[in-house]
Amino acid sequence: MSLILDPPIRQEFEHALSAPPAAAASRARPASSLPQRAWRQAWLRKTVILFLLAAVWEVAARWTANDLLLPGFWQTAQAFAGGIASGELLERTGASLAVLLQGYAVGVLAAFALTALAASTQLGRDLLATLTAMFNPLPAIALLPLALLWFGLGRASLIFVIVHAVLWPLALGAYSGFQSVPETLRMAGRNYGLGGLRLVLHILVPAALPSILSGLKIGWAFAWRTLIAAELVFGTTSGKGGLGWYIFQNRNELYTDKVFAGLAAVILIGLLVENTIFRPLERLTVHRWGMQR
Amino acid sequence: MSLQMVRPGGVAPLLKAEHVSLEFGAVRATHDVSFDVYQGDRFVLLGPSGCGKSSLLKAAAGFIRPASGSISINGAPVTGPGPDRIVVFQEFDQLPPWKSVKENVMFPLLTAQRLPRREAEARARHWIAKVGLSGFEDAYPHTLSGGMKQRVAIARALAMQPQVLLMDEPFAALDALTRRNMQEELGRLWEELRFTLLFVTHSIEEALVVGNRILLLSPHPGRVRAELNSHQFGLDSAGSAEFQAASQRIHQLLFESPAAPAHAAPMHAASPYVAAAHPAPTPEAWSAAR
Repeated sequence: MSLILDPPIRQEFEHALSAPPAAAASRARPASSLPQRAWRQAWLRKTVILFLLAAVWEVAARWTANDLLLPGFWQTAQAFAGGIASGELLERTGASLAVLLQGYAVGVLAAFALTALAASTQLGRDLLATLTAMFNPLPAIALLPLALLWFGLGRASLIFVIVHAVLWPLALGAYSGFQSVPETLRMAGRNYGLGGLRLVLHILVPAALPSILSGLKIGWAFAWRTLIAAELVFGTTSGKGGLGWYIFQNRNELYTDKVFAGLAAVILIGLLVENTIFRPLERLTVHRWGMQR
Repeated sequence: MSLQMVRPGGVAPLLKAEHVSLEFGAVRATHDVSFDVYQGDRFVLLGPSGCGKSSLLKAAAGFIRPASGSISINGAPVTGPGPDRIVVFQEFDQLPPWKSVKENVMFPLLTAQRLPRREAEARARHWIAKVGLSGFEDAYPHTLSGGMKQRVAIARALAMQPQVLLMDEPFAALDALTRRNMQEELGRLWEELRFTLLFVTHSIEEALVVGNRILLLSPHPGRVRAELNSHQFGLDSAGSAEFQAASQRIHQLLFESPAAPAHAAPMHAASPYVAAAHPAPTPEAWSAAR
């Protein structure tokens, strides 16, 4: 009688381990064609997207055939180039950027002071919670009439509303970043005798960097929106206007292509800042540290 | 084998916990826990979850203030966290992810001991080599395995040369094979350096292997059930009959209902390991005491 075992009993064996193959890099990756390799480049993919959008725009403009309502991509590009050549667009952009950077810097510093206070004291926490709950929903532009009353028709009013636009979302983002720092990491920091501001600087700020960076990005976008809106709504608030004023003026004079050129300038600066400042900053920090994908 | 059952005469304990009760709000985590840790001890706090062993360690580290009783190091009461008691936590996120392995080990040397950079770096390299991570100095924590991360944490703690090394279930989040490896290595490091260790675990085997003395805690709230010797056990004795017996006994001490002490009593008398056994109060006695 034979007994059939299921599963079968098999022979045991032992292997002497052979040396592992040389580094995986030496094994050639399967050759990929040029288009395949090119498609792996993010900047190329994004450029293709931009070109497609421009093409759609141009087609839509040709189809509408009304320069007053919708100038095409080519027309806008010409107006843009003309604005650059005459120096007007550059001057207006410079004026806007100068105000923007001042307001942004003040807003960022204020946000950090407020969050550092909130991270180290109970009263600071209450203060931050109350202030952000009160002021974050308040559109910065709604404060402009008041700012004009207080600071007059000038740069100070614009900076005031920009600070308001940057401060609350950034403080809220940074603080929620601080709060999500793992308890173990805090304890490790306290274990080395760190406390108060040193704990904030050595542990909390780097640990909350993903939130802080996204807060900085949101703050930057809010600052732009607020500035352009302020210039659009109230025209020039100082002797020389910025990009918003440029858009406003050209709309009044029905130079719609220049209006589009002004908008394009805002968009281009947004792309430039994202790709030359925020993106590399993220790559150098949170991506390298594995805190964000 | 005969054991000398002497209280270390003349030598004062390094870490002394006296009648420590810890409370979280209305919940009592530990009740009247006392123990002494001597220089060079591998003192293990062992008990099921809810016995307050981690809380006791955090109290020794200075993160929790006892509701009553006191903890002292070399006679000086513990009032807050400090670099003379470095903690190795269970969680891997104890390593700042923005610092490389080397920077992680250097970090407390620079901030707490204020060593010059060059010296801190030399020391960091030395300790990274000691835990077997040479070649990974510039790696970031997220690229390391769990066991390697715990090695970094241990190197970081040892580099500080603390009075007491506090380990809060340091190997609990590791896989069984790595855990065994790490226990072995911890033993090796201790053989070489003879640091003082306070070690929290919920594994009876780990307690017997790692420790030379075990404080058994009963849960809800944590009370001292017994204090046993385990210096005779190592990883090599893990399968021995003696080891099995000790493990069995601890299991009984922890899980046998305190209402039936008659069964456990003869074991205490017969056992050579028991130096002090505090029978836990019965539930009735406990509620009366409250």
